[in-house]
Amino acid sequence: MPRRTAKKTAAAKPTAETVVEQIQTEAKQIYNKILRKRTPSLKFPVRSLSNVIYQPRKGYFQIKGKKKERTLTVGTVKTFAQTLRMMAFSKELVETDDIATKREAYYVSKNWEETRFNEQPESDAVMEDVEALFRVNREQLGFIPEEKGGDVAGQLTVIDHDRETGEELRIDCTRFGSGAYSIPISVEGLGFETGAEFILAIETAGMFQRLVKHAYWRTANCILVSLGGVPTRACRRFIRRLADDQKLLVYVFVDGDPYGYSNIYRTLKVGSGNAAHLNEFFCVPQARFLGVTPYDITEYDLPTHPLKAVDVKRAKDALKNDPFVRHHTQWQEALQLQIKMGVRVEQQALAKHGLNYVIDEYLPQKMANREAFLP
Amino acid sequence: MRESAAMTSKKAKPRRRATAQSMAAKQRDISVSEFFTKNRHLLGFDSPTKALLTSIKEAVDNSLDACEEAGILPDLDVEIQEVGENRYRVIVTDNGPGIVKSQIPRIFGKLLYGSKFHRLRQSRGQQGIGISAAGMYGQLTTAKPIVIESRVSRRKPAHRYELVIDTLRNKPVIKRELEVEWEAAHGTRVEIEMEAVYKRGRHGVETYLRQTALANPHVEVRFLAPGEEEPLISARSSNDLPEEAMEIKPHPYGVEVGLLMRMLKESKARRLRSFFQAEFSRVGPTLATRIVEGAELQVQTSPRRVSTEAAERLVQSIRQTRIPSPPTDCLSPIGADRILASLEQQIDAELFVAVTRSPTVYRGNPFQVEVGLAYGGNLPVDDLITLYRFANRVPLLYQQGACAIHRSTLSTNWKSYGLQQGRGALPSGPMLLMAHVASVWVPFTSESKEAVAGYDEIIRELKLALQEVGRKLAQHIRKDRRRQDAARKRAYIEQYIPHIGIALKDILDLSGAQESKVVDTLSDTLSRSRKM
Repeated sequence: MPRRTAKKTAAAKPTAETVVEQIQTEAKQIYNKILRKRTPSLKFPVRSLSNVIYQPRKGYFQIKGKKKERTLTVGTVKTFAQTLRMMAFSKELVETDDIATKREAYYVSKNWEETRFNEQPESDAVMEDVEALFRVNREQLGFIPEEKGGDVAGQLTVIDHDRETGEELRIDCTRFGSGAYSIPISVEGLGFETGAEFILAIETAGMFQRLVKHAYWRTANCILVSLGGVPTRACRRFIRRLADDQKLLVYVFVDGDPYGYSNIYRTLKVGSGNAAHLNEFFCVPQARFLGVTPYDITEYDLPTHPLKAVDVKRAKDALKNDPFVRHHTQWQEALQLQIKMGVRVEQQALAKHGLNYVIDEYLPQKMANREAFLP
Repeated sequence: MRESAAMTSKKAKPRRRATAQSMAAKQRDISVSEFFTKNRHLLGFDSPTKALLTSIKEAVDNSLDACEEAGILPDLDVEIQEVGENRYRVIVTDNGPGIVKSQIPRIFGKLLYGSKFHRLRQSRGQQGIGISAAGMYGQLTTAKPIVIESRVSRRKPAHRYELVIDTLRNKPVIKRELEVEWEAAHGTRVEIEMEAVYKRGRHGVETYLRQTALANPHVEVRFLAPGEEEPLISARSSNDLPEEAMEIKPHPYGVEVGLLMRMLKESKARRLRSFFQAEFSRVGPTLATRIVEGAELQVQTSPRRVSTEAAERLVQSIRQTRIPSPPTDCLSPIGADRILASLEQQIDAELFVAVTRSPTVYRGNPFQVEVGLAYGGNLPVDDLITLYRFANRVPLLYQQGACAIHRSTLSTNWKSYGLQQGRGALPSGPMLLMAHVASVWVPFTSESKEAVAGYDEIIRELKLALQEVGRKLAQHIRKDRRRQDAARKRAYIEQYIPHIGIALKDILDLSGAQESKVVDTLSDTLSRSRKM
């Protein structure tokens, strides 16, 4: 097995110090405007699909220039104050090298008297605004998500360091037995060694379990990653860094429904509208869609469920508004076919032909014809 | 009727109860005084509380009318003394011209005696019932005489009379008569003892006197309530007497057959044409001829010879003739300026508005409407508004629901002027409204003069005046709302701005002084901005 040593990828992101500087620059500008008796404003990039453009060459959704301006008026004074307090809190976190989960940040705001948040979604939104304002990842602001990053098993050694001693830790992902390596929240410092041929990203934990149990990674010489639904930023970043670093191909295996196509696969590959300012770092342009495709339904004679109204809407939305789908006629055809068939199919439907049909027949057949993978 | 009578007669012949002769034996004059004793409610003496108020009202009306006619700025002293359980002595003293000795008994001791009934002129009293009725009420409930003291000039002594009314014959009976000391050069003092109940509140004497002062800014009233040491003083807010009201002749449009017949019989005119010219306002020779000929009568006919049937034709003819409106200089409104001054002196409010409409005519009677409004300040916010009604400057305290002023106020849409108003109710809000109807003959719904009758013309004028003050009110309320919005805005801003200060201080390591400068400057900038 060819082993390649990890090179440290230089993260094209501001360092901790410049984050503080950025916060201070913005605050200074507000401060000066106030003293000049002008109403200050903050300009946030609009975070939605309408403000991204698909760059096929770069391979991700790039943010367009659209910005929303939050001018300090009577109506916005509360949110404005909250945004500033969130910035102050972030500065404090970065300076003291501490972190706060989104929920912890929400609880910290309970000390802010009138500007406290009533519900966590409010504080999350303000946090995402601040993140977009400085075009940084929230981890750089000291905020971390609650959810874990995803599971990894297979032909991979992750190189991490002991928090206290700095000693190098080599984590062999083949040696977790029926368990798996858990992707940490921050993946920037990790190094990789692998002889694997590709990465297989899997939507459901159930399918991941089956492939781990039967050591599919050994048979196919690959790395298995469990996405657990829509992949977290850490998971996306992990796959991206690993694939870049080790020049690996990435195949995605999800349920055959619009959610699997657009929310999971598309987000993993090119990013999302909501984190448009970060897609550059959180996309995996080398990803290809293995299945389950609408074509598989007839090809493999799979049991289905009717599409729900929300699925149909999602598919139609994607056809109309998703720049990625609009760029790829293959995806348009696939989605239109799915709408026409009116059904969806789950990964585990393959079990109809026998529990290990997926390992013995489906995946090998798919892998034999990689050219047919959807873009 | 006849048939049914016939049918009953078949059953049993009804026994004859009385004959025309026996009935004739019982038929005789009803003395007005006797009529009063049985119908005192018609004159406002139906309850002990109301009787007290009505008595004072009648005395005050007379005093003010007399003072104004004589060109004297009225000073009134009203005193109520408690002399026993449910027994009070009412004393009203004025600085008026006084009453000639010989007239005193008839004015106070005979009902329907006075100077005002026979002329068309704006005055408070009209029929000459009031004060003698009060005296009679006192006499009926306490058997005490009414006591009058009066002096007409420095050169003459003051006289004191103690009178009772012979209720059967409607005649004064003088119990005592003597000369007394009187400090001032002229004036009159009336004292009546009566069974009564003294109450404060909406229908109380104090309310009545306050309202009197409001509508009569040239009057000074001192009121000594029972058990009080010091009198309550309503000082005058104007030193000008109201314009003297001119006396006018009736206008033909206000005349009905009965009245016309009486005028025809009583007139000194020898011919119908001169009768119309002499007895009516706005009728010259041409119009007089047109009226008479329109009734197919001769202009030379003697007025005394006109039959009832011909009189009816004359009334018809009058209706069909275009006659100019009566002169309106006979009216003496309070005046918008004086209403304003009066309201400002008596009411603690923010906004004062007053309107005096031009005079106009109902049924040949000139009348004029005025409305004053006070809003905000100390007036109660959650209650219905206070409505003060006046007729010829006299406050109307009872029968609000029957009054044209009340009805006009209800049917005005106050919601569009920024007040709340329930269906069929007065609006609510911190407002006091006063409306005044002045006329040579105010049409009251009853002899107790408590409510103005709802002639279309009067209601229309009232509504126009109310709408006029309403529009001013709406302007004010809008401005007020804007001010309140600004205050709310400021309070809202001031909740959050300190946090912008805190955040900037944390981020930029500001000093305390810099932080408060940020907060102050920003508060100022934001509260100036119009954006919400």
